[in-house]
Amino acid sequence: MAVFVYAENINGVYKKAAFEAVSYAKAIADQSQDSVTAITVNPTDSSDLLYKYGASKVIRIEDAGLKNFSPKAYAEAVNQVADGNIIVFPHTTDASSIAPMLAVTKNYSLITNVIAVPESISPFQVKRRSFSGKGFMHAKAEGNGVIVTISQNAYGVKENPVSGSEEEKNLSVANEDTKVISHEQSSGKLDLKEAEIVVSAGRGLKGSENWGMIEDLANVLGAATACSKPVSDIGWRPHTEHVGQTGKAISPNLYIAVGISGAIQHLAGVNGSKTIVVINSDPEAPFFKSADYGVVGDAFQIVPALTEKIKALKG
Amino acid sequence: MKILVCISSVPDTTSKINFTADKSAFDKNGIQWVINPLDEFALTKAIQLQTAKGANVTVVNVGGAETEAVIRKALAIGANDAIRVNMEPKDSFSTAKELATVAQNGGYDLILCGKESIDYNGGSVPGMLAQFLGQPFVNASVGLEVEDSGAKVSREIEGGKETISVNLPAVIAGQKGLVDEKELIIPNMRGIMSARTKTLQVVEPVSSEVKVQSVSFDSVPPRAAVKLVSPDNLDELVRLLHEEAKVI
Repeated sequence: MAVFVYAENINGVYKKAAFEAVSYAKAIADQSQDSVTAITVNPTDSSDLLYKYGASKVIRIEDAGLKNFSPKAYAEAVNQVADGNIIVFPHTTDASSIAPMLAVTKNYSLITNVIAVPESISPFQVKRRSFSGKGFMHAKAEGNGVIVTISQNAYGVKENPVSGSEEEKNLSVANEDTKVISHEQSSGKLDLKEAEIVVSAGRGLKGSENWGMIEDLANVLGAATACSKPVSDIGWRPHTEHVGQTGKAISPNLYIAVGISGAIQHLAGVNGSKTIVVINSDPEAPFFKSADYGVVGDAFQIVPALTEKIKALKG
Repeated sequence: MKILVCISSVPDTTSKINFTADKSAFDKNGIQWVINPLDEFALTKAIQLQTAKGANVTVVNVGGAETEAVIRKALAIGANDAIRVNMEPKDSFSTAKELATVAQNGGYDLILCGKESIDYNGGSVPGMLAQFLGQPFVNASVGLEVEDSGAKVSREIEGGKETISVNLPAVIAGQKGLVDEKELIIPNMRGIMSARTKTLQVVEPVSSEVKVQSVSFDSVPPRAAVKLVSPDNLDELVRLLHEEAKVI
Protein backbone atom coordinates (compact mmCIF):
# COMPACT_ATOMS: atom_id res chain seq x y z
CA MET A 1 0.00 0.00 0.00
CA ALA A 2 1.37 3.39 -0.91
CA VAL A 3 2.57 5.93 1.64
CA PHE A 4 0.56 9.09 1.03
CA VAL A 5 1.94 12.58 1.50
CA TYR A 6 0.26 15.96 1.37
CA ALA A 7 2.37 18.30 -0.78
CA GLU A 8 1.41 21.80 0.30
CA ASN A 9 1.53 24.61 -2.23
CA ILE A 10 0.91 28.33 -1.94
CA ASN A 11 -0.94 29.68 -4.95
CA GLY A 12 0.04 26.54 -6.83
CA VAL A 13 3.75 26.72 -5.98
CA TYR A 14 5.19 23.97 -3.78
CA LYS A 15 6.63 24.95 -0.42
CA LYS A 16 9.97 23.66 0.79
CA ALA A 17 7.97 21.90 3.53
CA ALA A 18 6.26 19.87 0.78
CA PHE A 19 9.63 18.60 -0.44
CA GLU A 20 10.62 17.74 3.14
CA ALA A 21 7.39 15.81 3.62
CA VAL A 22 7.86 13.91 0.35
CA SER A 23 11.49 13.13 1.32
CA TYR A 24 10.24 11.83 4.65
CA ALA A 25 7.47 9.75 3.06
CA LYS A 26 10.09 8.23 0.75
CA ALA A 27 12.19 7.21 3.77
CA ILE A 28 9.15 5.42 5.25
CA ALA A 29 8.29 3.82 1.92
CA ASP A 30 11.84 2.49 1.58
CA GLN A 31 11.53 0.87 5.02
CA SER A 32 8.17 -0.70 4.26
CA GLN A 33 8.95 -1.43 0.58
CA ASP A 34 6.15 0.75 -0.68
CA SER A 35 5.93 3.66 -3.07
CA VAL A 36 5.03 7.27 -2.36
CA THR A 37 1.87 8.95 -3.65
CA ALA A 38 1.72 12.72 -3.25
CA ILE A 39 -1.55 14.63 -3.03
CA THR A 40 -1.77 18.30 -3.86
CA VAL A 41 -4.65 20.74 -4.31
CA ASN A 42 -4.92 23.03 -7.34
CA PRO A 43 -1.19 23.01 -8.21
CA THR A 44 0.45 24.97 -11.00
CA ASP A 45 3.99 23.66 -10.39
CA SER A 46 5.15 20.61 -12.33
CA SER A 47 4.91 17.18 -10.71
CA ASP A 48 8.57 16.68 -11.71
CA LEU A 49 9.44 18.68 -8.58
CA LEU A 50 7.89 15.92 -6.45
CA TYR A 51 9.28 12.97 -8.44
CA LYS A 52 12.70 14.40 -7.61
CA TYR A 53 12.19 13.67 -3.90
CA GLY A 54 10.75 10.22 -4.38
CA ALA A 55 7.03 10.52 -5.19
CA SER A 56 6.25 8.00 -7.92
CA LYS A 57 2.67 9.18 -8.25
CA VAL A 58 1.17 12.66 -7.90
CA ILE A 59 -2.57 13.10 -7.51
CA ARG A 60 -3.46 16.62 -8.57
CA ILE A 61 -6.82 17.56 -7.06
CA GLU A 62 -8.61 20.16 -9.14
CA ASP A 63 -11.48 21.78 -7.27
CA ALA A 64 -12.54 25.38 -7.82
CA GLY A 65 -14.28 25.27 -4.44
CA LEU A 66 -10.92 24.76 -2.75
CA LYS A 67 -9.48 27.99 -4.11
CA ASN A 68 -9.77 29.32 -0.56
CA PHE A 69 -8.25 27.33 2.27
CA SER A 70 -10.49 25.68 4.81
CA PRO A 71 -9.11 22.87 6.99
CA LYS A 72 -12.44 21.04 6.99
CA ALA A 73 -12.87 21.08 3.21
CA TYR A 74 -9.23 20.23 2.57
CA ALA A 75 -9.40 17.34 5.03
CA GLU A 76 -12.43 16.01 3.16
CA ALA A 77 -10.64 16.32 -0.21
CA VAL A 78 -7.56 14.46 1.07
CA ASN A 79 -9.83 11.88 2.70
CA GLN A 80 -11.40 11.11 -0.68
CA VAL A 81 -8.08 10.25 -2.35
CA ALA A 82 -5.72 9.03 0.41
CA ASP A 83 -6.59 5.36 0.79
CA GLY A 84 -3.40 4.22 2.52
CA ASN A 85 -2.75 3.67 6.19
CA ILE A 86 0.23 6.05 6.47
CA ILE A 87 -0.30 9.70 5.57
CA VAL A 88 2.44 12.32 5.94
CA PHE A 89 1.86 16.08 6.30
CA PRO A 90 4.32 18.93 6.83
CA HIS A 91 3.82 20.69 10.18
CA THR A 92 2.97 24.01 8.55
CA THR A 93 0.11 26.15 9.83
CA ASP A 94 -2.27 24.97 7.12
CA ALA A 95 -1.27 21.32 6.93
CA SER A 96 -1.24 20.95 10.71
CA SER A 97 -4.82 22.27 10.70
CA ILE A 98 -5.97 19.68 8.16
CA ALA A 99 -4.29 16.66 9.77
CA PRO A 100 -6.33 16.51 13.04
CA MET A 101 -9.62 16.73 11.13
CA LEU A 102 -8.53 13.97 8.77
CA ALA A 103 -7.38 11.83 11.72
CA VAL A 104 -10.89 11.94 13.17
CA THR A 105 -12.55 11.18 9.82
CA LYS A 106 -10.26 8.21 9.17
CA ASN A 107 -10.13 7.17 12.83
CA TYR A 108 -6.31 7.14 12.58
CA SER A 109 -3.66 7.96 15.18
CA LEU A 110 -2.08 11.39 14.77
CA ILE A 111 1.52 12.11 15.76
CA THR A 112 2.60 15.72 15.25
CA ASN A 113 5.91 17.61 15.30
CA VAL A 114 7.86 14.55 14.20
CA ILE A 115 11.61 15.09 13.83
CA ALA A 116 13.13 11.76 12.75
CA VAL A 117 12.39 8.69 10.65
CA PRO A 118 10.19 6.13 12.42
CA GLU A 119 11.84 3.81 14.92
CA SER A 120 9.41 1.14 13.79
CA ILE A 121 6.69 1.02 11.13
CA SER A 122 4.42 -1.63 12.63
CA PRO A 123 3.58 -0.63 15.26
CA PHE A 124 4.40 2.90 14.14
CA GLN A 125 6.76 4.55 16.63
CA VAL A 126 8.58 7.83 16.14
CA LYS A 127 10.42 10.63 17.94
CA ARG A 128 8.67 13.99 18.18
CA ARG A 129 9.38 17.37 19.68
CA SER A 130 7.55 17.96 22.96
CA PHE A 131 7.46 20.42 25.86
CA SER A 132 8.04 23.33 23.45
CA GLY A 133 11.53 22.16 22.58
CA LYS A 134 12.45 21.33 26.20
CA GLY A 135 12.13 17.58 25.59
CA PHE A 136 11.39 14.78 23.14
CA MET A 137 8.75 12.08 23.17
CA HIS A 138 8.79 8.66 21.60
CA ALA A 139 5.20 8.17 20.52
CA LYS A 140 3.55 4.95 19.44
CA ALA A 141 0.40 4.75 17.32
CA GLU A 142 -2.35 2.36 18.38
CA GLY A 143 -4.48 0.80 15.67
CA ASN A 144 -4.02 0.46 11.95
CA GLY A 145 -3.68 3.89 10.44
CA VAL A 146 -1.37 6.76 11.28
CA ILE A 147 -1.00 10.38 10.22
CA VAL A 148 2.24 12.22 10.99
CA THR A 149 3.14 15.89 10.66
CA ILE A 150 6.84 16.61 10.04
CA SER A 151 8.48 19.47 11.89
CA GLN A 152 9.96 21.95 9.42
CA ASN A 153 13.76 22.01 8.93
CA ALA A 154 14.11 18.85 11.05
CA TYR A 155 14.35 15.92 8.66
CA GLY A 156 15.33 18.13 5.75
CA VAL A 157 15.05 17.81 1.99
CA LYS A 158 16.60 14.71 0.43
CA GLU A 159 16.73 14.18 -3.31
CA ASN A 160 15.72 10.69 -4.37
CA PRO A 161 14.61 10.88 -8.00
CA VAL A 162 12.13 8.33 -9.27
CA SER A 163 10.16 8.14 -12.48
CA GLY A 164 6.61 9.19 -11.76
CA SER A 165 3.18 9.61 -13.20
CA GLU A 166 0.38 11.99 -12.41
CA GLU A 167 -3.35 11.70 -12.09
CA GLU A 168 -5.79 14.58 -12.21
CA LYS A 169 -8.72 14.25 -9.87
CA ASN A 170 -11.70 16.55 -10.22
CA LEU A 171 -13.53 17.04 -6.96
CA SER A 172 -16.24 19.36 -5.77
CA VAL A 173 -16.01 19.39 -2.01
CA ALA A 174 -18.45 21.59 -0.11
CA ASN A 175 -16.64 24.65 1.23
CA GLU A 176 -19.37 26.98 2.40
CA ASP A 177 -18.73 27.46 6.10
CA THR A 178 -16.03 30.05 5.60
CA LYS A 179 -15.53 32.93 3.18
CA VAL A 180 -12.33 34.88 2.64
CA ILE A 181 -12.76 38.62 3.18
CA SER A 182 -9.15 39.68 2.68
CA HIS A 183 -5.84 37.97 2.05
CA GLU A 184 -2.54 39.75 2.50
CA GLN A 185 0.58 37.79 1.72
CA SER A 186 3.96 39.21 0.86
CA SER A 187 5.64 36.88 -1.59
CA GLY A 188 9.13 38.30 -1.19
CA LYS A 189 9.45 37.65 2.51
CA LEU A 190 11.25 34.53 3.73
CA ASP A 191 9.10 32.22 5.80
CA LEU A 192 10.60 32.16 9.30
CA LYS A 193 9.90 28.47 9.85
CA GLU A 194 11.42 27.48 6.50
CA ALA A 195 14.45 29.79 6.68
CA GLU A 196 17.85 28.11 6.91
CA ILE A 197 19.40 31.13 8.58
CA VAL A 198 17.63 33.37 11.10
CA VAL A 199 18.92 36.63 12.56
CA SER A 200 17.10 37.51 15.75
CA ALA A 201 17.31 40.41 18.16
CA GLY A 202 16.11 41.32 21.61
CA ARG A 203 15.72 44.18 24.01
CA GLY A 204 19.46 44.81 23.83
CA LEU A 205 18.78 46.71 20.62
CA LYS A 206 17.09 49.46 22.67
CA GLY A 207 14.45 50.41 20.10
CA SER A 208 12.70 49.48 16.86
CA GLU A 209 14.66 52.18 15.02
CA ASN A 210 17.81 50.07 15.43
CA TRP A 211 16.57 47.07 13.46
CA GLY A 212 18.13 48.31 10.20
CA MET A 213 21.43 46.62 10.99
CA ILE A 214 19.63 43.35 11.81
CA GLU A 215 17.85 43.47 8.45
CA ASP A 216 21.15 44.28 6.70
CA LEU A 217 22.83 41.25 8.25
CA ALA A 218 19.82 39.09 7.37
CA ASN A 219 19.89 40.35 3.79
CA VAL A 220 23.53 39.45 3.16
CA LEU A 221 22.91 36.00 4.65
CA GLY A 222 19.61 35.39 2.87
CA ALA A 223 18.13 35.03 6.34
CA ALA A 224 14.74 35.64 7.93
CA THR A 225 14.45 38.02 10.90
CA ALA A 226 13.02 37.13 14.28
CA CYS A 227 12.78 38.60 17.77
CA SER A 228 12.38 37.76 21.45
CA LYS A 229 9.06 37.87 23.31
CA PRO A 230 9.59 41.22 25.11
CA VAL A 231 10.34 42.87 21.77
CA SER A 232 7.06 41.70 20.24
CA ASP A 233 5.16 42.55 23.45
CA ILE A 234 6.49 46.12 23.40
CA GLY A 235 5.54 46.31 19.74
CA TRP A 236 8.98 46.95 18.27
CA ARG A 237 8.43 44.00 15.95
CA PRO A 238 5.29 42.09 14.84
CA HIS A 239 4.07 39.01 16.77
CA THR A 240 4.79 36.88 13.71
CA GLU A 241 8.53 37.30 14.41
CA HIS A 242 8.36 36.15 18.03
CA VAL A 243 10.31 32.92 18.52
CA GLY A 244 10.16 31.04 21.80
CA GLN A 245 7.91 28.86 23.86
CA THR A 246 4.72 30.84 23.27
CA GLY A 247 5.72 32.03 19.81
CA LYS A 248 7.24 30.02 17.00
CA ALA A 249 9.60 27.09 17.42
CA ILE A 250 12.24 27.13 14.70
CA SER A 251 15.18 24.94 13.75
CA PRO A 252 17.36 26.69 11.18
CA ASN A 253 20.94 25.70 10.34
CA LEU A 254 22.18 28.96 11.81
CA TYR A 255 20.54 31.12 14.46
CA ILE A 256 22.22 34.42 15.29
CA ALA A 257 20.89 36.03 18.50
CA VAL A 258 21.73 39.68 19.06
CA GLY A 259 21.04 41.32 22.42
CA ILE A 260 18.92 38.41 23.68
CA SER A 261 19.76 37.22 27.19
CA GLY A 262 18.46 33.70 26.61
CA ALA A 263 15.60 33.08 29.03
CA ILE A 264 14.54 29.44 29.20
CA GLN A 265 11.33 30.26 27.27
CA HIS A 266 13.36 31.71 24.41
CA LEU A 267 15.83 28.81 24.33
CA ALA A 268 12.93 26.35 24.08
CA GLY A 269 11.92 27.84 20.75
CA VAL A 270 15.38 27.85 19.17
CA ASN A 271 17.37 24.98 20.63
CA GLY A 272 16.56 22.85 17.60
CA SER A 273 18.89 25.14 15.61
CA LYS A 274 21.99 23.38 14.30
CA THR A 275 24.41 26.23 15.07
CA ILE A 276 23.76 29.11 17.47
CA VAL A 277 25.75 32.35 17.57
CA VAL A 278 25.17 34.74 20.46
CA ILE A 279 26.21 38.38 20.41
CA ASN A 280 25.68 40.11 23.76
CA SER A 281 27.39 42.82 25.79
CA ASP A 282 26.78 40.90 29.03
CA PRO A 283 29.29 38.06 29.42
CA GLU A 284 26.96 36.54 32.05
CA ALA A 285 24.02 36.26 29.63
CA PRO A 286 22.64 32.70 30.06
CA PHE A 287 22.38 32.33 26.29
CA PHE A 288 26.18 31.82 26.05
CA LYS A 289 25.73 28.48 27.84
CA SER A 290 23.50 27.27 25.02
CA ALA A 291 25.50 28.73 22.14
CA ASP A 292 28.12 27.24 19.82
CA TYR A 293 29.86 30.56 19.18
CA GLY A 294 29.74 33.75 21.18
CA VAL A 295 30.94 37.32 20.91
CA VAL A 296 30.90 39.48 24.04
CA GLY A 297 30.65 43.12 23.06
CA ASP A 298 28.65 46.00 21.68
CA ALA A 299 26.14 44.80 19.09
CA PHE A 300 26.06 48.24 17.50
CA GLN A 301 29.74 47.79 16.56
CA ILE A 302 29.76 44.05 15.95
CA VAL A 303 26.69 43.54 13.75
CA PRO A 304 27.59 46.09 11.02
CA ALA A 305 31.21 44.86 11.01
CA LEU A 306 30.07 41.25 10.72
CA THR A 307 27.76 42.21 7.85
CA GLU A 308 30.70 43.75 5.95
CA LYS A 309 32.87 40.68 6.52
CA ILE A 310 30.18 38.28 5.31
CA LYS A 311 29.61 40.51 2.30
CA ALA A 312 33.34 40.19 1.54
CA LEU A 313 33.20 36.40 1.96
CA LYS A 314 30.28 36.13 -0.44
CA GLY A 315 32.19 38.41 -2.82
CA MET B 1 -24.45 33.85 23.44
CA LYS B 2 -22.68 30.87 25.02
CA ILE B 3 -18.92 30.49 24.71
CA LEU B 4 -16.93 27.43 25.70
CA VAL B 5 -13.21 27.97 26.36
CA CYS B 6 -11.03 24.87 26.49
CA ILE B 7 -8.09 25.25 28.83
CA SER B 8 -5.20 23.03 29.69
CA SER B 9 -3.14 23.05 32.88
CA VAL B 10 0.57 23.18 31.96
CA PRO B 11 3.94 23.74 33.67
CA ASP B 12 4.79 27.41 34.11
CA THR B 13 6.90 28.64 31.16
CA THR B 14 9.96 29.10 33.38
CA SER B 15 9.91 25.40 34.37
CA LYS B 16 12.85 23.15 33.70
CA ILE B 17 11.50 19.96 32.18
CA ASN B 18 12.74 16.74 33.76
CA PHE B 19 11.61 13.17 33.25
CA THR B 20 11.27 10.31 35.71
CA ALA B 21 14.31 8.03 36.17
CA ASP B 22 12.88 5.39 33.84
CA LYS B 23 12.09 8.18 31.28
CA SER B 24 8.51 6.98 31.03
CA ALA B 25 6.85 10.20 32.19
CA PHE B 26 7.22 13.90 32.82
CA ASP B 27 8.48 14.51 36.37
CA LYS B 28 5.89 16.77 38.01
CA ASN B 29 7.96 17.36 41.15
CA GLY B 30 8.21 21.02 42.09
CA ILE B 31 6.26 22.22 39.06
CA GLN B 32 4.03 25.29 39.23
CA TRP B 33 0.95 24.89 37.07
CA VAL B 34 -0.61 27.64 34.98
CA ILE B 35 -3.31 28.07 32.36
CA ASN B 36 -1.69 27.21 29.04
CA PRO B 37 -0.61 30.67 27.79
CA LEU B 38 -2.24 30.21 24.38
CA ASP B 39 -5.50 29.20 26.09
CA GLU B 40 -5.23 32.34 28.21
CA PHE B 41 -5.37 34.46 25.04
CA ALA B 42 -8.56 32.58 24.11
CA LEU B 43 -10.02 33.03 27.61
CA THR B 44 -9.25 36.75 27.60
CA LYS B 45 -10.98 37.12 24.23
CA ALA B 46 -14.01 35.32 25.65
CA ILE B 47 -14.11 37.68 28.66
CA GLN B 48 -13.98 40.63 26.26
CA LEU B 49 -17.02 39.19 24.46
CA GLN B 50 -18.70 38.68 27.85
CA THR B 51 -18.22 42.40 28.56
CA ALA B 52 -19.19 43.59 25.09
CA LYS B 53 -22.02 41.19 24.26
CA GLY B 54 -23.10 39.70 27.57
CA ALA B 55 -21.82 36.28 26.57
CA ASN B 56 -21.79 33.48 29.13
CA VAL B 57 -18.30 32.01 29.35
CA THR B 58 -17.79 28.40 30.45
CA VAL B 59 -14.29 26.99 30.81
CA VAL B 60 -13.64 23.29 30.43
CA ASN B 61 -10.59 21.27 31.32
CA VAL B 62 -9.82 17.58 31.00
CA GLY B 63 -7.77 16.67 34.04
CA GLY B 64 -7.55 15.28 37.55
CA ALA B 65 -8.66 17.09 40.72
CA GLU B 66 -5.20 18.71 40.98
CA THR B 67 -6.04 20.94 38.00
CA GLU B 68 -8.86 22.68 39.90
CA ALA B 69 -6.52 25.44 41.11
CA VAL B 70 -5.90 26.39 37.50
CA ILE B 71 -9.62 26.18 36.71
CA ARG B 72 -10.38 28.47 39.68
CA LYS B 73 -7.87 30.94 38.27
CA ALA B 74 -9.85 30.99 35.00
CA LEU B 75 -12.99 31.68 37.06
CA ALA B 76 -11.16 34.46 38.91
CA ILE B 77 -10.20 35.98 35.55
CA GLY B 78 -13.92 36.16 34.84
CA ALA B 79 -15.39 32.94 33.41
CA ASN B 80 -18.96 32.39 34.62
CA ASP B 81 -18.70 28.69 35.35
CA ALA B 82 -16.50 25.67 34.76
CA ILE B 83 -16.56 22.00 33.90
CA ARG B 84 -13.82 19.49 34.68
CA VAL B 85 -13.80 16.15 32.91
CA ASN B 86 -12.37 13.83 35.52
CA MET B 87 -9.69 12.15 33.45
CA GLU B 88 -5.92 12.29 33.20
CA PRO B 89 -5.46 13.39 29.56
CA LYS B 90 -3.57 10.66 27.73
CA ASP B 91 -3.57 11.85 24.12
CA SER B 92 -5.16 14.46 21.85
CA PHE B 93 -7.80 12.11 20.50
CA SER B 94 -9.26 11.09 23.86
CA THR B 95 -9.06 14.68 25.16
CA ALA B 96 -10.84 16.06 22.07
CA LYS B 97 -13.51 13.38 22.36
CA GLU B 98 -14.32 14.35 25.96
CA LEU B 99 -14.40 18.04 25.02
CA ALA B 100 -16.75 17.22 22.13
CA THR B 101 -19.17 15.53 24.51
CA VAL B 102 -19.16 18.56 26.82
CA ALA B 103 -19.63 20.86 23.82
CA GLN B 104 -22.56 18.85 22.48
CA ASN B 105 -24.29 18.75 25.84
CA GLY B 106 -23.91 22.49 26.36
CA GLY B 107 -24.89 23.73 22.90
CA TYR B 108 -22.35 26.54 22.61
CA ASP B 109 -22.31 29.22 19.91
CA LEU B 110 -18.56 29.52 19.89
CA ILE B 111 -15.69 27.35 21.09
CA LEU B 112 -12.32 28.97 21.74
CA CYS B 113 -9.02 27.19 22.40
CA GLY B 114 -5.33 27.93 22.30
CA LYS B 115 -3.60 26.71 19.15
CA GLU B 116 -1.54 24.19 21.13
CA SER B 117 -0.52 23.39 24.67
CA ILE B 118 3.04 24.23 25.59
CA ASP B 119 3.60 20.84 27.26
CA TYR B 120 2.78 18.05 24.81
CA ASN B 121 2.56 20.40 21.81
CA GLY B 122 0.21 18.19 19.86
CA GLY B 123 -1.60 21.15 18.33
CA SER B 124 -4.29 18.60 17.51
CA VAL B 125 -7.13 18.98 20.01
CA PRO B 126 -8.86 22.01 18.41
CA GLY B 127 -9.01 20.49 14.92
CA MET B 128 -10.13 17.11 16.24
CA LEU B 129 -12.79 18.77 18.38
CA ALA B 130 -14.14 20.67 15.37
CA GLN B 131 -14.31 17.49 13.32
CA PHE B 132 -16.04 15.52 16.09
CA LEU B 133 -18.62 18.32 16.19
CA GLY B 134 -18.82 18.76 12.42
CA GLN B 135 -18.09 22.45 12.88
CA PRO B 136 -15.84 24.77 10.87
CA PHE B 137 -12.35 25.29 12.27
CA VAL B 138 -10.00 28.26 12.11
CA ASN B 139 -6.47 27.79 13.39
CA ALA B 140 -3.72 30.26 14.37
CA SER B 141 -6.26 33.05 14.88
CA VAL B 142 -4.91 36.52 15.60
CA GLY B 143 -8.17 38.46 15.59
CA LEU B 144 -11.85 37.79 16.24
CA GLU B 145 -15.01 39.85 15.97
CA VAL B 146 -18.41 38.34 16.62
CA GLU B 147 -21.23 39.70 14.48
CA ASP B 148 -24.90 38.81 14.25
CA SER B 149 -24.44 36.57 11.25
CA GLY B 150 -21.26 34.86 12.34
CA ALA B 151 -17.67 35.62 13.21
CA LYS B 152 -14.97 37.54 11.43
CA VAL B 153 -11.62 35.88 12.14
CA SER B 154 -8.09 36.81 11.13
CA ARG B 155 -5.58 34.02 10.94
CA GLU B 156 -1.86 34.01 10.49
CA ILE B 157 -0.67 32.60 7.20
CA GLU B 158 2.92 32.21 6.02
CA GLY B 159 4.08 35.73 5.23
CA GLY B 160 0.81 37.44 6.01
CA LYS B 161 -2.70 37.44 7.33
CA GLU B 162 -6.07 36.29 6.04
CA THR B 163 -9.43 37.50 7.28
CA ILE B 164 -12.42 35.23 6.85
CA SER B 165 -16.04 35.11 7.83
CA VAL B 166 -17.15 31.92 9.55
CA ASN B 167 -20.58 30.54 10.25
CA LEU B 168 -21.20 29.81 13.92
CA PRO B 169 -20.98 27.56 15.81
CA ALA B 170 -17.30 27.09 15.08
CA VAL B 171 -14.07 26.10 16.79
CA ILE B 172 -11.47 28.86 16.79
CA ALA B 173 -7.92 28.23 17.96
CA GLY B 174 -5.98 31.32 18.92
CA GLN B 175 -2.45 32.47 19.53
CA LYS B 176 -0.82 35.71 20.61
CA GLY B 177 -2.49 38.51 18.68
CA LEU B 178 -6.01 37.20 19.38
CA VAL B 179 -5.49 39.55 22.30
CA ASP B 180 -2.29 41.36 23.18
CA GLU B 181 -0.13 40.41 26.12
CA LYS B 182 -1.09 43.68 27.84
CA GLU B 183 -4.80 42.81 27.61
CA LEU B 184 -4.37 39.69 29.74
CA ILE B 185 -6.37 39.96 32.95
CA ILE B 186 -4.69 39.61 36.33
CA PRO B 187 -7.37 38.45 38.78
CA ASN B 188 -8.23 40.99 41.47
CA MET B 189 -9.35 40.15 45.00
CA ARG B 190 -13.04 40.38 44.06
CA GLY B 191 -12.48 37.96 41.20
CA ILE B 192 -10.60 35.54 43.41
CA MET B 193 -13.30 35.66 46.10
CA SER B 194 -16.16 35.16 43.64
CA ALA B 195 -14.31 32.31 41.90
CA ARG B 196 -14.62 30.27 45.09
CA THR B 197 -18.39 30.14 44.85
CA LYS B 198 -18.80 29.82 41.08
CA THR B 199 -20.00 26.47 39.77
CA LEU B 200 -17.29 23.96 38.97
CA GLN B 201 -19.05 20.88 37.70
CA VAL B 202 -17.16 17.58 37.59
CA VAL B 203 -18.23 15.10 34.93
CA GLU B 204 -16.96 11.60 34.32
CA PRO B 205 -15.31 10.68 30.99
CA VAL B 206 -17.38 8.88 28.36
CA SER B 207 -14.63 7.00 26.57
CA SER B 208 -11.19 5.64 27.27
CA GLU B 209 -9.98 5.02 23.74
CA VAL B 210 -6.39 6.19 23.31
CA LYS B 211 -4.80 6.47 19.86
CA VAL B 212 -1.24 7.43 20.75
CA GLN B 213 0.90 6.09 23.61
CA SER B 214 3.79 8.09 25.04
CA VAL B 215 6.44 5.37 25.21
CA SER B 216 9.35 7.37 26.64
CA PHE B 217 10.87 10.83 26.87
CA ASP B 218 14.35 12.30 26.30
CA SER B 219 15.83 15.52 27.58
CA VAL B 220 17.54 17.94 25.22
CA PRO B 221 21.26 17.04 25.04
CA PRO B 222 23.49 19.90 26.20
CA ARG B 223 25.62 21.73 23.64
CA ALA B 224 29.40 21.63 23.75
CA ALA B 225 31.04 24.61 25.51
CA VAL B 226 30.69 27.90 23.65
CA LYS B 227 33.66 29.10 21.60
CA LEU B 228 34.13 32.77 22.36
CA VAL B 229 35.49 35.02 19.64
CA SER B 230 36.87 38.49 20.33
CA PRO B 231 34.82 41.35 18.88
CA ASP B 232 38.09 42.56 17.32
CA ASN B 233 38.52 39.31 15.45
CA LEU B 234 35.25 38.82 13.57
CA ASP B 235 37.21 37.28 10.68
CA GLU B 236 37.64 34.31 12.97
CA LEU B 237 33.87 34.08 13.56
CA VAL B 238 33.23 34.19 9.82
CA ARG B 239 35.91 31.51 9.29
CA LEU B 240 34.38 29.25 11.96
CA LEU B 241 30.88 29.60 10.51
CA HIS B 242 32.18 28.99 7.00
CA GLU B 243 34.75 26.23 7.55
CA GLU B 244 33.87 24.54 10.84
CA ALA B 245 30.08 24.80 11.15
CA LYS B 246 29.67 25.09 7.35
CA VAL B 247 26.51 27.13 7.73
CA ILE B 248 27.41 30.18 5.63
